[in-house]
Amino acid sequence: MMLARLKSWEGLLLIILIITVLANAALAPQFLTLQNQINLFQLSIEKIIVALAMTLIIINAEIDLSVASIMGLAACTFGILVESGTPAGLAIILCLMLGIVAGAFNAFWIAYVQIPSLVVTLAMLIMYRGIARVLLEDRGITGFPQWFGDLGQKAFLGPFPLGMIIFVVLLVVLGLVLHRTGFGREVFVIGTNAEVARFSGVRVARVKTILFIISGVISALAGLLYAGRLASVRGDAATGFELDIITMVLLGGVSIFGGRGTIIGVLFSILIVLNLRNGMALVNVTGHIQTAVIGILLIMSVLGPNLAERMRSTGLAKASA
Amino acid sequence: MIQFFRRLHPQSLRILALAIVLLLTVLFFASQIDGYFSPRMLNRIATSVAVILPIAIGQAMVVMTRNIDLSVGSVVGIAAYLIGDYLGTHPDVHPVMVVVIALALGAFCGAINGALVAYGRVPSIIVTLGTLALFRTYLVEYSGARSITTAGLPQWLVDLPQATVFSIGNFDMRLTVAMSLVAAIIFWVALSRLRVARKLYAVGSNPDAAVVAGINSSLVVFMSFVLSGMLAGLAGFMFLAKFGNITVVAGLGFELKSVAAVVVGGVNIFGGSGSILGVVLGTVLVDTIDNSLTRWAIVSEFWREALLGMLIMIAVATDTFMTRSFGRMKGKSE
Repeated sequence: MMLARLKSWEGLLLIILIITVLANAALAPQFLTLQNQINLFQLSIEKIIVALAMTLIIINAEIDLSVASIMGLAACTFGILVESGTPAGLAIILCLMLGIVAGAFNAFWIAYVQIPSLVVTLAMLIMYRGIARVLLEDRGITGFPQWFGDLGQKAFLGPFPLGMIIFVVLLVVLGLVLHRTGFGREVFVIGTNAEVARFSGVRVARVKTILFIISGVISALAGLLYAGRLASVRGDAATGFELDIITMVLLGGVSIFGGRGTIIGVLFSILIVLNLRNGMALVNVTGHIQTAVIGILLIMSVLGPNLAERMRSTGLAKASA
Repeated sequence: MIQFFRRLHPQSLRILALAIVLLLTVLFFASQIDGYFSPRMLNRIATSVAVILPIAIGQAMVVMTRNIDLSVGSVVGIAAYLIGDYLGTHPDVHPVMVVVIALALGAFCGAINGALVAYGRVPSIIVTLGTLALFRTYLVEYSGARSITTAGLPQWLVDLPQATVFSIGNFDMRLTVAMSLVAAIIFWVALSRLRVARKLYAVGSNPDAAVVAGINSSLVVFMSFVLSGMLAGLAGFMFLAKFGNITVVAGLGFELKSVAAVVVGGVNIFGGSGSILGVVLGTVLVDTIDNSLTRWAIVSEFWREALLGMLIMIAVATDTFMTRSFGRMKGKSE
């Protein structure tokens, strides 16, 4: 079933991915070494972890714009707690609980009051970021325990850092949940048609609540990894990450209208984005142009298939828009 | 009283609810801040609204057609920077011509978005997420890390923010505020009275029905993006006039602010309904909160964003509850 799907969107992504990797390998001989590949992941590890949760949210026909603010809020809360003498272990647990609360608060408005998620999470993007600023004002906090910084930076299991292990575990777990369980089917059904789902006995509000809580707690976790990797936090930590994260998910073939998408597609898109950025850095293309290229790729990834479809349908009966 | 509410259209109820929230907000801050009703405070809020209002109106039209324009902040940046740059080498261009150039620049950016959405059939959130990055990148590359300073601008533009059309008592009606208000009135009248503009609502409330009714819905969507870009260009001009010093980050984050103003203003995020009057009230509400919080002695300036986010949520929730309960009241009486 997975292989049958590969011929379409994921197939296209795979081809782009192979081209990118080959181009990179041709440009720099050391590109294909394990260490370079790990470094590649480490540079954007927080974003790609959150992208996995975002995949489920968008397939559910919702959106969570507040993820980067939750990341920043969790990182700042951790900084404040550690600074005031809380053991770092306890602080980590408290921050993850904060992520759950933030996600549940989003879910309350979206699932029960039924205000569109675009509106709710936009307001929360501003509010959670605001709380982070209130906590830290304009200073930064450093001086975390050595082991916390090591978790963010050093190899944890074999050559792999903790962030990468979390990414792979989440990839497998969320992939299985989405494509192999009843809950995953419900996520797709709601994304396709929430009304139909409700009349079929799917507890729509409950599913949405679970998804936003997952998104909240994963964002908080990613925020902690970010704090560990940089060994410091500021009020503006992770600002603007939401757009990069959503770009990765949409490029992975997940429909913004919900009901369509695969974890594999998103994995390919993540790998393409990481490799493209690396390749462009190798040929001295700066960060801003890198972002632009990914922006073009995002638009082309939808425009291309649309135009091809249009050309194919010319001559056939006129399609209804 | 209940009779009165029953006779009102749901859209009018939204406006009424919004006006009440705005009034309560103003009264609250007036009780907290000394000399709140001063001309200075009024001017501060008015000139700030003047920049964001055109963007919010453009955003509203795009949202009405079931789309979203996330690139407006970058368009504001491009317009502000490029005009500033152009004036540095061509200081003698007529002011009206400068505004026309700003509108044209914005319209061009909007046309790119519109063509991709309406004719390329790419979802607007994807297109404008992409052009948000693209337009900004173009600006960063073009600028080469230079910034525009007031020193390079002609004197009329530097004086523009102080230019006053007329004064009522101590309150001066600034020219930029007047320009924004005129734009708002034009679009308000057009959207509520003109046949051609009603197509925005038709396409937004039911795209299939609109096509069946003979409306060229692609053209309508395309035009909404062109207008949104054009108004963002106008806002870019206002931005340049207001601040004078322009860096490549000009207009950053305006996309979220404009969407906030639009949804607080009661435009349905799923398209098909909303009014410019609501958008004006929404913009004024969001900006009043923003500007008043910086003056509020009890909270430090770092509280601004946290409270703003919370207040947007409260405004939207209040609006939702009020509209729903009025709707229910209406339903029962029929």
